[in-house]
Amino acid sequence: MSRGAVGNGAPVLTKKDFESDQAVRWCPGCGDYAILAQLQKVMPELGIPKQNIVFISGIGCSSRFPYYMDTFGFHTIHGRAPALATGLKVSRPELSVWVVTGDGDGLSIGGNHLIHALRRNVDLKILLFNNQTYGLTKGQFSPTSTTGTRTKSSPLGTVDRPFSVLSLALGAGATFVARTIDTEIQHLQGLIREMAEHPGSAFLEIYQNCPVLNDGVWESLKDRHVKADHLLTLEDGQPLVYGKESDRILRLDTKRMRLVPGRRGEQDGLVEVAHDRSAPDPALALMLASLAMPEFPAPIGVLRAVREPTFDSLTRAQEARDREESGPGSLRELLEAGSTWTVS
Amino acid sequence: MVIRLAGDSGDGIQLTGTEFTRAVALGGSDIATFPDIPAEIRAPAGSLAGVSGFQLQFSSQEIFTAGDAPDALVAMNPAALRTNLPDLPKGGLLIVDSGTFRKKSLAMAGYEVSPLEDGSLEDYRLVDIDISKNVQATQKGSGLSTKEIQRTRNFYALGVLFWLYGRPPETEVESIERKFGKRPAIAEGNVRSFRAGYHFGETCELFDASYRVPSAQLAPGTYRNITGNEATALGLVVASQLADQHLFYASYPITPASDVLHSLSNHRRYGLTTFQAEDEIAAVTSAIGASFGGSIGVTGTSGPGFALKQEGIGLAVMAELPLVVLNVQRAGPSTGLPTKAEQADLNQALSGRNSESPVVVLAPRTPADCFDMAIEAVRISVRHMCPVVFLSDGSLASGSEAWKLPDPETFEPIEVRYRSDPEGFMPYLRDEETLARPWAIPGTPGLEHRIGGLEKEDRTGNVSYDPLNHEHMVRMRQAKVDRVADYVPAAEVEGDDAGQLLFVGWGGTYGAIHQAVRVLRNQGHRVGHLHLRFLNPFPHGIAEILSRFERVLVPELNRGQLRDLLRARFLVDAHGLNKIQGRPFKVCEVVEAGQARLSGPSAREVSL
Ligand code: SF4
Repeated sequence: MSRGAVGNGAPVLTKKDFESDQAVRWCPGCGDYAILAQLQKVMPELGIPKQNIVFISGIGCSSRFPYYMDTFGFHTIHGRAPALATGLKVSRPELSVWVVTGDGDGLSIGGNHLIHALRRNVDLKILLFNNQTYGLTKGQFSPTSTTGTRTKSSPLGTVDRPFSVLSLALGAGATFVARTIDTEIQHLQGLIREMAEHPGSAFLEIYQNCPVLNDGVWESLKDRHVKADHLLTLEDGQPLVYGKESDRILRLDTKRMRLVPGRRGEQDGLVEVAHDRSAPDPALALMLASLAMPEFPAPIGVLRAVREPTFDSLTRAQEARDREESGPGSLRELLEAGSTWTVS
Repeated sequence: MVIRLAGDSGDGIQLTGTEFTRAVALGGSDIATFPDIPAEIRAPAGSLAGVSGFQLQFSSQEIFTAGDAPDALVAMNPAALRTNLPDLPKGGLLIVDSGTFRKKSLAMAGYEVSPLEDGSLEDYRLVDIDISKNVQATQKGSGLSTKEIQRTRNFYALGVLFWLYGRPPETEVESIERKFGKRPAIAEGNVRSFRAGYHFGETCELFDASYRVPSAQLAPGTYRNITGNEATALGLVVASQLADQHLFYASYPITPASDVLHSLSNHRRYGLTTFQAEDEIAAVTSAIGASFGGSIGVTGTSGPGFALKQEGIGLAVMAELPLVVLNVQRAGPSTGLPTKAEQADLNQALSGRNSESPVVVLAPRTPADCFDMAIEAVRISVRHMCPVVFLSDGSLASGSEAWKLPDPETFEPIEVRYRSDPEGFMPYLRDEETLARPWAIPGTPGLEHRIGGLEKEDRTGNVSYDPLNHEHMVRMRQAKVDRVADYVPAAEVEGDDAGQLLFVGWGGTYGAIHQAVRVLRNQGHRVGHLHLRFLNPFPHGIAEILSRFERVLVPELNRGQLRDLLRARFLVDAHGLNKIQGRPFKVCEVVEAGQARLSGPSAREVSL
């Protein structure tokens, strides 16, 4: 821990304080490095005591993450991180609990835990690294791989349809849903801060490049020359504008209730909509979540952020209320409940 | 005195049984019960599959089981008669609701002619009462529908039993009023039928005499009737109080373990959280998450759910965190017989995980013992930083006995030591005595560290692929579990401590074996009984005890899992008595097996 102190006496932390002594073992060029660096950078700025931060992961390349953060960490078993994190958060509500998962870990083997954590609105910060492949097991297709993907386990091409990840999160009732890209460093940092501040489940999908097994799946969103035409950066209260010249726009076809790409200023009966991330009704967020490339741009930023009471706080409040209403209870009271009789 | 109530699962048999149990217990008898519940909640009314049973033994003597064969059987319909009559000895008292013996229900039970008419019940003391008609008459003008009136039949039967066994009716009237307080019309209907049944017994000359069971010679104290599941739940609450720590109980609904979840959910004010998880795996992993945070993480399930939890248990073995896993065993592989009892998950508990993955395994032996063993499970788990599997079973879980309430003053506190000093901290640096690693929980400044399922380097806890370190750690985890034997009571034999025959049992078979040993000793044999509450590690002293007996017989409700273990570990010629019918042992079965073994060659003779 670096020494120095600010006015309130709390030690000032830096990125270094969050770097563990373990050698990072991802392949050179892996998108995970950038994500790790942004978390290490943002963590000291959050004002959370370092000892209260916990990183929980499952299995996969991304799940190595906790080893490299100098916080409390738990590298658990395949797919189960959200469930384990739920038990931790409910038991220790004061902790800041982060879950790191991937498309295989979080959406395939652990899909059930992910949707239930989101449904309950457990105060967990969930980062899902989506690289459309199984990295650790060397390149099989994942539940986000596009149909027709050829891999070792699908030499004839997959016939599976991929998940729309954000639609799934929204469908599960997530109160904070966002997306970014490993290379959009500033954007990623901003979202990490927002997640930390959001009370409740915060879900962030990060398009992450796996240069070794699935290089370039997000290339059109990263290439400096073309990315502006494929990325829709969501801004609250703003129209859905994108393109190098900010001349493209998604507008609503109110008859068919869907978003349609077009040019700004066109007079064609389509309705311009302003993004509203805090709308109670997730309809617009769902429309944005289901936009598929290449016909549509990929939205990044916050699709939805609404406030709902969290599962962990509601759970513990119930216990406190029970204690208040019925008294703390004594062991004798507990044992003697029900009909008893005395033998003398 | 053993009474069995049987009827359709919609007839309220379990409620009637519980109420009657309470009444005889309040009268000072010792009690033990065994409910026999059909798996299908809504099997067709009147069908054989829908028969629900409740057996109660009560006595002025100390008793240990719910009894072998009933002395009296109450059959509320033909199907109940058909399935239960084979267990009633000739000369037994048989009470039937003759009003249900109509064409359709007789056919559903497979009777061509009514057994009430063909003389086939001649050998029993038959009392046929048209309860269906009598309740209708009693409730005239009550405003209840015919269906509602028919649903009071069980209280009519209860009234008959109250009179027959000399229980004061007023306490029951109060109890009904309390239970159905929210629906006064139904309460009133039940009370009327109950009273009508009682008066029927009183005025009718059908019964030669009513039975008065004198009070049992139980040790002085305050008693309550308790099932194994209730006792387990209470034990967990008490453990959390003794440790002064938050307890987190995660479970997915499963028969017959759900009652523990229900019961704990009523005790949240004692500082515990219950979590109904999305599945069995989430239940075990969330409990591990809670333990990682410093709470007492507990998960409960039955056999199939236990199978699903095994990978999670392996994680707790590797991460060396406390975890208590309740497995209320049920019968059969796969879905099997969900409501029936068996003790066939011993192997699964010991070695159902990948690789060398030792856990502590313990098993309560009576419903009330579930209380003590739940406390022990928590104590061992937090002291030794390892998972503890608690093997209960369906008959313990729903069976009940009179429980003398312990004095809370005598409970030994559970010591929880969280690491707080960063100086010299290493996540896998062990306590020299227990070999446990430190419990270093998030929120503690300077103790930030990472754990996980990958093999750990000794002391530092860093990920290690070193071959020798791996072997060292495998042996270390085993040694840590083995050390638990130093902290639990040494094996103790009941009955004769040396002689011709030693029974070795575990779990819910205690009562039947205990009773059988009494019988055999009264017959002049020198017989001992070793009942293991700790199955891994074995307590000290077993080899010594085995060597003092000529023959060893291991009664188990499985194909011989403990027997095989004893043979492997102690090279002893242990024989098995194995019953796999989803039912507990009858005392007579154990006695007969003991006699057969006694007249066979002893191990010593064979080895000569
Ligand atoms: S396999 Fe792909 S995802 Fe995994 S570490 Fe290497 S580059 Fe990264």
